[in-house]
Amino acid sequence: MEFFADPAFFVLLAVVVAVAAVLGLTGHSLQRWGLVTSVVFLACLLGSGPQTVALITFLSVARVGVVCLAGRPHDQRLFYVVCGGTLLPLVVYKLTASSVSLWGFAGISYVTFKALQVVFEVHDGLIGRDELGLLDYLSFLLFFPQFTSGPIDRSRRFLADAHRVPPRDEYAGMLARGILLLLAGMGYKLVLAQLAQRWWVLEPWGDGPLLAELANQVRITYLYAAYLFFDFAGYSLMAMGASYCLGIRCPRNFRAPFLASDVIDFWNRWHITLSTWFRDFVFMRLTRTLMLSGRRRGWRWVRDRVRVAQVGFVADMLAMGCWHGLTADYLGYGLYHGVLLAANEWLQKRSGFYRAHRRDRWMRALMWFVTLQLVMLGFAIFSGQVSYLVKGALNG
Amino acid sequence: MGDATESVRERTLSLLEEVCGDPAVRDHLDDDLFELGLLDSMGAIELLVGIEDEFGVSIAPTEVPRSEMNTPNKIVAQVEGRA
Repeated sequence: MEFFADPAFFVLLAVVVAVAAVLGLTGHSLQRWGLVTSVVFLACLLGSGPQTVALITFLSVARVGVVCLAGRPHDQRLFYVVCGGTLLPLVVYKLTASSVSLWGFAGISYVTFKALQVVFEVHDGLIGRDELGLLDYLSFLLFFPQFTSGPIDRSRRFLADAHRVPPRDEYAGMLARGILLLLAGMGYKLVLAQLAQRWWVLEPWGDGPLLAELANQVRITYLYAAYLFFDFAGYSLMAMGASYCLGIRCPRNFRAPFLASDVIDFWNRWHITLSTWFRDFVFMRLTRTLMLSGRRRGWRWVRDRVRVAQVGFVADMLAMGCWHGLTADYLGYGLYHGVLLAANEWLQKRSGFYRAHRRDRWMRALMWFVTLQLVMLGFAIFSGQVSYLVKGALNG
Repeated sequence: MGDATESVRERTLSLLEEVCGDPAVRDHLDDDLFELGLLDSMGAIELLVGIEDEFGVSIAPTEVPRSEMNTPNKIVAQVEGRA
């Protein structure tokens, strides 16, 4: 059963929301209901075969690791071992994804991030041993609305919501908002995304005039972007809506991404919970380590903040590309966005011309337009359109 | 006590001025530095590393939500609460 797509899912969801509404409006906690229904949904999603076994072994490894780490949170070596162990199933799965898909289950990419966030914050001393109860841990990791494709919530935020029993009026507001978000998401994903997808077909570069062929490829790219946006933003709205109905104020994933004023702004608007996860746990930690250990070792380039940021951006986006999948299209997409962010960093920090004119209306319009086209080219890489054209040219 | 607090405040603001590369931070004590474009993720890390160097206070990147560390006065308060 595919979440937020199959009719059976929506029927089951309606029942879950109806019971949640009764519980919530009568002043009961929704945490246990959320966990019980998540287990039922996951059983429907994963079946009784290898995917369920993979999920249970993942949970066992992650759980044992994080509990061990909580005993000695500042042990650097143990921290690396636990990070590695939590990441291992995802790495094995990604490496074997093109053949046998070992250790994989639907949602592994997202649940790995949530489990790693807990590991990082235990290590930082932000999550104590007594805040790692099994019920809390499972209700966070298995929460079905966010399980298969996010949004990637944060445990301390999630559990604060889960533990709180809101007053009746407040819950009524959350329920109403949740139902509206569900309906809006359905419109996005089941209507608009379906329409865009129907028209999206890869076409080879033809024999017509250069500009006409280019315009045709651009049209295909824009259609794909429309499909991807409505499909994923629609899914995210529904996931958010179902979360609200269960008392969880799930963070939003999209905020008008095509209005972005530069590439950094784009990543603050597109798949927000993924990009902020990478910002907090990859970019910021990597640049911090580079600055601290680089200074100790006397590396001169780490004194140049623009250079450090550029290295951080490329590594950050390459890691994101690997997470999408170990294929040329995804790695190319990650590298492309890393380079764009690095170039943007130079522009914003070092270009006197840009800095002198950045508040001018024409510059803002130009930046918006250029950013949109660069983002679209990124989608053409992501969707396989670029590699399709390159293959066509090579075999030509 | 008054002097000590004053100097933590002054040293934090100098550090912030250096990280943002703009003395204008002192004119925006209650404004969101991220919205003003004076601070970004890289600047935030430089600030955390600088605070660690200057005061021996370690703040992990996700320890304080952005909304509680986005203005000069809030940043000073975070440092004063720990130094």
